[in-house]
Amino acid sequence: MSEHIVPKRTYIGIWASLMCLTVVTALVSWVDLGQWSAVVALAIATCKALLVVLFFMHVKYLSQKMTILVIVAGLFWLGLLMALSMADYGTRVLQ
Amino acid sequence: MATTAISVTHERENYLNKEYGVKSWLLTTDHKRIALLYLLSITFFFFIGGFFALLIRLELLTPAGDLVQADTYNKLFTMHGQVMVFFFLIPAVPAVLGNFLVPMMIGAKDLAFPRLNLLSWYLLIAGGALMLYTILTGGVDTGWTFYTPLSTAFLNTHVITAAVAIFIAGFSSILTGLNFIVTIHRMRAPGLTWSRLPLFVWANYATSIIQVLGTPVLAVTLALVGLERGLHLGIFDPQRGGDPLLFQHLFWFYSHPAVYIMILPGMGVVSEIVACFSRKRIFGYKFMALAVIGIAVLGFLVWAHHMFVAGISLYAALVFSLLSYFVAVPSAIKVFNWTATMYKGSISFATPMLYALGFIGLFTMGGLTGLFLACLGIDVHVTDTYFVVAHFHYIMVGGMVMAYMGGLHFWWPKISGRMYPENWGRLAAMIIFVGFNLTFFPQFILGYLGMPRRYWQYAPEFQVLNVLSTAGATILAVGYLLPMVYFLWSMRYGKIADANPWSAAGLEWRTPSPPPTHNFEEPPVVTWEAYNYDELKEAPGER
Amino acid sequence: MSDSEAVLTHAPGLQEHFATMEQQRDASTMGMWVFLITEIMFFGGMFTAYMVYRHAYPAAWAAGSEHMDFWWGTINTVVLICSSLSMAMAVRAAQTGARKALVPLLILTMALGCAFLGIKAVEYHGHWIEHQFPGPDFRFAGPDPRHVQIFFSLYWAMTGFHALHMVIGVGLVAFIAFWGWKGRYTPEYYNPVENVGLYWHFVDIVWIYLYPLLYLISHKHVM
Repeated sequence: MSEHIVPKRTYIGIWASLMCLTVVTALVSWVDLGQWSAVVALAIATCKALLVVLFFMHVKYLSQKMTILVIVAGLFWLGLLMALSMADYGTRVLQ
Repeated sequence: MATTAISVTHERENYLNKEYGVKSWLLTTDHKRIALLYLLSITFFFFIGGFFALLIRLELLTPAGDLVQADTYNKLFTMHGQVMVFFFLIPAVPAVLGNFLVPMMIGAKDLAFPRLNLLSWYLLIAGGALMLYTILTGGVDTGWTFYTPLSTAFLNTHVITAAVAIFIAGFSSILTGLNFIVTIHRMRAPGLTWSRLPLFVWANYATSIIQVLGTPVLAVTLALVGLERGLHLGIFDPQRGGDPLLFQHLFWFYSHPAVYIMILPGMGVVSEIVACFSRKRIFGYKFMALAVIGIAVLGFLVWAHHMFVAGISLYAALVFSLLSYFVAVPSAIKVFNWTATMYKGSISFATPMLYALGFIGLFTMGGLTGLFLACLGIDVHVTDTYFVVAHFHYIMVGGMVMAYMGGLHFWWPKISGRMYPENWGRLAAMIIFVGFNLTFFPQFILGYLGMPRRYWQYAPEFQVLNVLSTAGATILAVGYLLPMVYFLWSMRYGKIADANPWSAAGLEWRTPSPPPTHNFEEPPVVTWEAYNYDELKEAPGER
Repeated sequence: MSDSEAVLTHAPGLQEHFATMEQQRDASTMGMWVFLITEIMFFGGMFTAYMVYRHAYPAAWAAGSEHMDFWWGTINTVVLICSSLSMAMAVRAAQTGARKALVPLLILTMALGCAFLGIKAVEYHGHWIEHQFPGPDFRFAGPDPRHVQIFFSLYWAMTGFHALHMVIGVGLVAFIAFWGWKGRYTPEYYNPVENVGLYWHFVDIVWIYLYPLLYLISHKHVM
């Protein structure tokens, strides 16, 4: 099979990174960063998600580039739903 | 070849006679049999939806509300819409013609996931059964659009069962789309590059993208409506600070692309028919393929044009209005290219071609009136009137149903091994065309003059146009019944069809009629471009 | 199909309509990813609703989040990350033919998944007795209870659907564990294990976002 076999060490390393990032995001949440709290939290969450997608889900080792297109398309579409909805909500005056 | 069709049965093994018995059909994984299962199911639902339509038109013969109560009338148009949209139009071309033809058109033995295909059908049946239960126990009257807070807080009808029925049917649609995407990517025959694919395959591919990306949002939205109604979660409830418009945003994010799920496969059918009966390559193949993808993508960017007067911000309305104008462009490209295909073509007016021509004309009218609606100023005047009703029926019925009928006639010889009676076919097509226009053209005028939709009574000055519309509906009903009758007749008495009665291009015509279960003995190797009509003989014959 | 083709490519587990195992594997993996895209859009609808309301009522969102149990949420995040590791190791075991490791790793994954669900049940119970379930019994001592109720509606809906997906995931892992124990998976044919793994990791990713969005909005945490 032409499948790449990821070393156990790599998986454990990724796991350790995820644990660290979890601790970081938990600790940072105790600090009042105002508007930036959400940005930082989502940025950390995205890092974690990327680690899971690239390594645990093998996207980094894929031979089929089509899969990446599928994932990007899905995320892009979700972005469309959110962005165009905000085109309404962001420009309305809410009580 | 045999000329006495009646007593000679097909001795050659094909997908129809390979196995007999109910179990061999209900547990089949053959995409062709599943297509026929879908054909029977959606025809059944078409009659249910049509029945509600006739009741609506009967009520609207007179200005007063004298046939049914107002609440009942609300149920009639709701059930008509829900059944027609979710249990007829959405599955129609993809699940019947797409299922039957896409594997054959790409030279494959079946779809990528045959058992998932069967599951898709069972999901449609399960959803349909629940919808029938909803109808028989009193129906639902929210309008097919389920707007909150009417649906979540103010009605005592079967909102939840209807929502669950559609939720289940939605998964049928999602799985079909998933199946087609993987099939078209991974199972094309050697040599069949993307630029050699028939446009019918491109159209189903674009449709599948919409099904996969849009339907889940409908699913979660309906689930939230159910939770709000059943468990009092207050997400769309204004009394608790929720926003009813959020429901509309989420609902229309799917339901606008849904109309492209309904029309794109029909456009694919029209491309196949127009090429065959003009004996010419489709003009501008690349643009036609890009156009269906363009429609699929742009179709996701316009949903709030259903909400112009609902309370969205003016800025958002401007953005969505502009985007709605853009989405007309690829559709227009397709209409121009079909026309250019016919120019200097060798045109014959067989029944499928009559339907395709009807599609081109009526879809254009429906599409242009969509542009009227995209214009904010006009929309304020005609929104929620019969103008909108006429607009979408021109596209759905004048466009989509005609394309479906055209496709059924075009591929009937392949599906059944028999020819339908050509003269009856043409007659039915013309009856449908006349009946359709008589039903829906007056509705443009009615809407412009101010007759609101979803009302069970109307001002007396609108009666003449309403009577014309109802008369048209009756003629339309006759037109739809005729093919039912002669298709059934043809299965026993129709002329036996050979492999390629139309001398059409496409891999599906290189199999016998009806095809064997595995479609091809050897996977074909494709070395030619699509629509190679310059190489095919003029006269029909054995291939 | 010709005999030579059948002899060369008809490995056990190869379905009839596929020409080669590689085609079957590629189709299977692609199908799974397309399915995950539909799940992104499914959860995405709720994330959109969340975003719209948080933008509109930030104070209510912070107030509601303060009443989430920070410790249970954090522990659950750790539990799921560990279960992702065990799942990834299980897929690797199938890939390398390490039969002895496969089933215990899958069972560990299931156990961690059940631990997650157990903790969730404890949390739900806590919210329930505090009248934090929307509806006529909802009570919130603090400003703007109307909008806080919407926060809780989304909390219950989003974590509820996530938990439902976890339950299905545990079931799928059990299914794979059974057939793994029966010896069905080999380095040539382990796609079902990989696909269940993809599903499991996806559900983990949903939680990776739910955790900060529900538990970490405010820097104040009511203990």
